[in-house]
Amino acid sequence: MKHTTLAAACLLATASLAQAQISDGVVKLGVLTDMSGAYSDPAGQGTVVATRMAVEDFIAAEKPAFKVEMVSADHQNKPDIASAKAREWIERENVDALTELVTTSVALNVMKLAKEKNRIALISGAASTRVTNEDCNDVTVHWTYDTYALANGTASAVVKAGGKKWFFLTADYAFGHSLEQDASNVVKASGGTVVGAARHPFPGSDFSSFLLRAQASGADVIGLANAGADSINSVKQAAEFGIQKKQSLAGLLLNLTDVHALGLRNAQGMYLTEGFYWDMNDKTRDWSRRFFAQHKRMPTMIQAGQYSAVMHYLRAVKATGTDDTAKVMAQMKKTPVNDFFATNGKIREDGRMVHDMYLMKVKAPDQSKTPWDYYEVVQTIPAAQAFQPLSASRCPLVARK
Amino acid sequence: MELFGMPSQVLFGQLLLGLINGSFYAVLSLGLAVIFGLLHVINFAHGALYMLGAFAAWMALEYLGIGYWWSLALAPLAVGLGAAVFERAMLRRLYQSDALYGLLLTYGLALVLEGTFRNLYGVSGLPYDVPEALQGGVDVGFMFLPLYRAWVVVAAAAVCIATWLLVEKTRLGATLRAATERAEVVQALGVNVPLLVTATYAAGAALAAFAGVLAAPLTQVNPLMGSHLIVVVFAVVVIGGMGSIGGSIVTGLALGVVEGLTKAFWPEASAVVVFVVMAVVLVFRPAGLFGKVH
Repeated sequence: MKHTTLAAACLLATASLAQAQISDGVVKLGVLTDMSGAYSDPAGQGTVVATRMAVEDFIAAEKPAFKVEMVSADHQNKPDIASAKAREWIERENVDALTELVTTSVALNVMKLAKEKNRIALISGAASTRVTNEDCNDVTVHWTYDTYALANGTASAVVKAGGKKWFFLTADYAFGHSLEQDASNVVKASGGTVVGAARHPFPGSDFSSFLLRAQASGADVIGLANAGADSINSVKQAAEFGIQKKQSLAGLLLNLTDVHALGLRNAQGMYLTEGFYWDMNDKTRDWSRRFFAQHKRMPTMIQAGQYSAVMHYLRAVKATGTDDTAKVMAQMKKTPVNDFFATNGKIREDGRMVHDMYLMKVKAPDQSKTPWDYYEVVQTIPAAQAFQPLSASRCPLVARK
Repeated sequence: MELFGMPSQVLFGQLLLGLINGSFYAVLSLGLAVIFGLLHVINFAHGALYMLGAFAAWMALEYLGIGYWWSLALAPLAVGLGAAVFERAMLRRLYQSDALYGLLLTYGLALVLEGTFRNLYGVSGLPYDVPEALQGGVDVGFMFLPLYRAWVVVAAAAVCIATWLLVEKTRLGATLRAATERAEVVQALGVNVPLLVTATYAAGAALAAFAGVLAAPLTQVNPLMGSHLIVVVFAVVVIGGMGSIGGSIVTGLALGVVEGLTKAFWPEASAVVVFVVMAVVLVFRPAGLFGKVH
């Protein structure tokens, strides 16, 4: 297909050359996300909305000579379903880029497939640092955040604020372990100690037993190495048992939608790390209000990052005039990311898009003036410190140098 | 003081928490047992009905300003009525067919209900506060016991005992038990069995909804809250013996405690311990601990 189009391009006038170098004349994006499970609020349909906005904005602003299309599907947080769908999209529908990919196990599977089929994977929702370490490859970009950045932001801030002794409440699967590990390292490096951990089944609904152990441990801080509904119920039940009177909670992966679900009365005072918040400046507010008009919820960092990643990709396709994976990747890595999401963001050779992260504190109910007014920005963590340094990378692409 | 290498404080705490969780298992498996006893339907919609109870309480508060105490009565009533309609309109047609069809229909209903609520409200869940009168807690020596959790045990126990008395000690219960054994004979004696069947299904559904309202202030009101719980509850029913009223209550509480202790000693195994017990019980007593072999 590609060869015939290329051959045809040679015969055509130069004016249509750019168009002809896009295989089949269409740039196609595949959005694979969790539409129904635990992560469908922070990611899910909202990431489809964000992708559609990116495509529409790109066409309106750049007036490209090629067509842009998108398809989307529910991967149900199951890596095998995700791989099968991605393979079908690549082979039958000629999808050029696979995007979103929340849930670490899904992301790892699909990025491997992308490498095999020479397509691009743009990851917004998945959290594990494995994406840019052991499992890194040269066709994947990890856009929005990772467990290192979250642990680094929240844990070091909490230790600095006096929370020296930590106990972890951990979701008992790969993601939870990875988050606990990253956070433990940061706690110890900042001069704190880890006194224990309780691993709870995923997904759980009653955390009282584990909270009781955390309470008995004598820790200053209970680190929540879980996500979504598990984190929400942990916080809620901790309040019920009066835990916050003597100990404080640190949510290691809390999204805006989680805070929304908890309500400020339960969530107030918690520290958390985000890659994006809607109410930071005019650009974030403008974009977020447009998003809100379509989705009826303010965007999470995953949804905002999804827009940013897709837009950056489409611009790279336009700039190079091709959808050739290697050329587009080179262009994306060469160009800094400057939009409402990131300022001077940069894609490193391990595939990590590094940008500023933000340490947030959840407001008390009486500080919140408008709907979705939930965070106070405590500190901007500069890109250079927010993410794992390249010197510590376990990615073969980096080690080769 | 230490017991089994664990501070007795922690151990008693976990026992009590196990009892609280066991209360939910008891109320839910009780409803399942009542329905299975008379209808011989394995009600897979039970988790969804539980979820519906919690949502009914949340909606009553959010849209109508009706508080927790009223919801405790009204939500089961509403869910029970809905279940009665479902039984009359659909489930009824399948009694002559293999039990598998009833299971499939109720499973389908569960998927439809959960899917609808997921679409409307998302999966993060909605907050429902503990009622004013039950906020806070008491220090019972070995742990801080939230008042609301104490209330859950009391309310669940009261409902279980009332149901047991109704089925075992009243004339209505006697008719019900008779219909369970020989429906056609009871019908011939002038009892309106179809009405009894509808009422039984509605009552089972109402029990699930009652448990849902009890759970609403403890966890988020979440479209998936029932599907997380239903598998364990089915295991409880199997262990107790399908259709045994007393069996399901005792087993529900006992397994809550077993699970609670597992969480104390070996948290990673707490998700499977109920199923291990089920496997062991089935090997030695295929009809369950309290079940009768037919």
